[in-house]
Amino acid sequence: MSRSPVRDFVVGLFILAGLAAIAYLSINVGGLSYNGPGGLTLYASFDQTGGLKARAPVVISGVKVGQIAGIELGSDYRARATLNLDAKLALPTDTTASIQTAGLLGDRYVALQLGGEEKTLKSGDEISFTESAVILERLIGKLVHNAPGPNDKTE
Amino acid sequence: MRAIQDLGFAVLRFVVDLGALTVFTLHVIRATLVPPWRLRLFVDELFKLGVLSLVIICVCGLAVGMVLGLQGYNTLVRFGAAESLGAVVGLTLVRELGPVLTALLATGRAGSATAAEIGTMVATEQLDGLRMMSVDPIDLVVAPKALAMIAVLPLLSALFIVCGLAGGYLVGVGLMGLDGGNYLASLQSAVDFHDDILGSLLKALIFGVLIGLIATYRGYHAAPTSAGVSAATTSTVVVASVSILIFDYFVTALWGV
Repeated sequence: MSRSPVRDFVVGLFILAGLAAIAYLSINVGGLSYNGPGGLTLYASFDQTGGLKARAPVVISGVKVGQIAGIELGSDYRARATLNLDAKLALPTDTTASIQTAGLLGDRYVALQLGGEEKTLKSGDEISFTESAVILERLIGKLVHNAPGPNDKTE
Repeated sequence: MRAIQDLGFAVLRFVVDLGALTVFTLHVIRATLVPPWRLRLFVDELFKLGVLSLVIICVCGLAVGMVLGLQGYNTLVRFGAAESLGAVVGLTLVRELGPVLTALLATGRAGSATAAEIGTMVATEQLDGLRMMSVDPIDLVVAPKALAMIAVLPLLSALFIVCGLAGGYLVGVGLMGLDGGNYLASLQSAVDFHDDILGSLLKALIFGVLIGLIATYRGYHAAPTSAGVSAATTSTVVVASVSILIFDYFVTALWGV
């Protein structure tokens, strides 16, 4: 078959488009290389993560500022989450990290409540104030146990 | 008595086919590794198998994504979980539908054409002509086609998935009025690079190997008649489709994709 520069160009374009699709899926959708160096890495320990997963978002006032890089069991047998945050953030040392739920049954995420301290957290620091996840089933269980039954007489 | 005979014959033919396919595969691998490398023919095959399949892949991807968006929205909205539509569409496309449907479409569009082309070459004694000039037909005809199929399928699958995501976005955000940021955020938090994207590409690659080998093998061993060419084309589509679906199960089970 004779050489055809137009056909070669089209094949090149096709390969570029395919590689671009793979790159988009890997980097943008798959979240590859988001947790590169240079970000602000903080740690937070929780008594109960309630199904918080790696790559869950970290938000301040509802705006995403980073994500959970990983969760493991710490030396004190509490869940220790690694937070990968935007490097530009200056968070006071008395910032509170709490695990919350999007909607009633939605995904877990971590919300940061800023404190009023002058000093700010640096990369590698530990967020000392944390609030664990609220387990819905446990709340319902408490409610059921405490609720007066139909035969109970209230005094 | 006759049934037992037929059964034995079928089993023997399966074993013979498997052995012939293995020898054929080794032959293709050798033709690939040993020079001369047929780069020009390879690029031509990339054009035929890849570029010419592009329209059907993108249109089908868009349509599948739109259906997923619609079905997913209608189901999720009952549970008040419509904002996780991105996760549903993304995971379905990336893990299963992207590679599998791309492979099935490529079988119909490119695999059948490959088998018919090689089968016609067999029927018109072109391959014998090559052998007379002491040119190995597997090196000149088969290997570029099989390799191009392997190279093309992951690219097509990725394009299919991107088109499908766009289709889901179109329906979910454009038609049903979900929040666009929500769709993308749920998509991004659900799909993982290592577990999902790499597995998806691995599947597409394995399917590419299957289609490339089955299509060229069936064409190469076609009976040298017009009926033989048509039988080769049909059996390419049937065998490739079935083995894609079977292999899909095993890849999913073994790699947990």
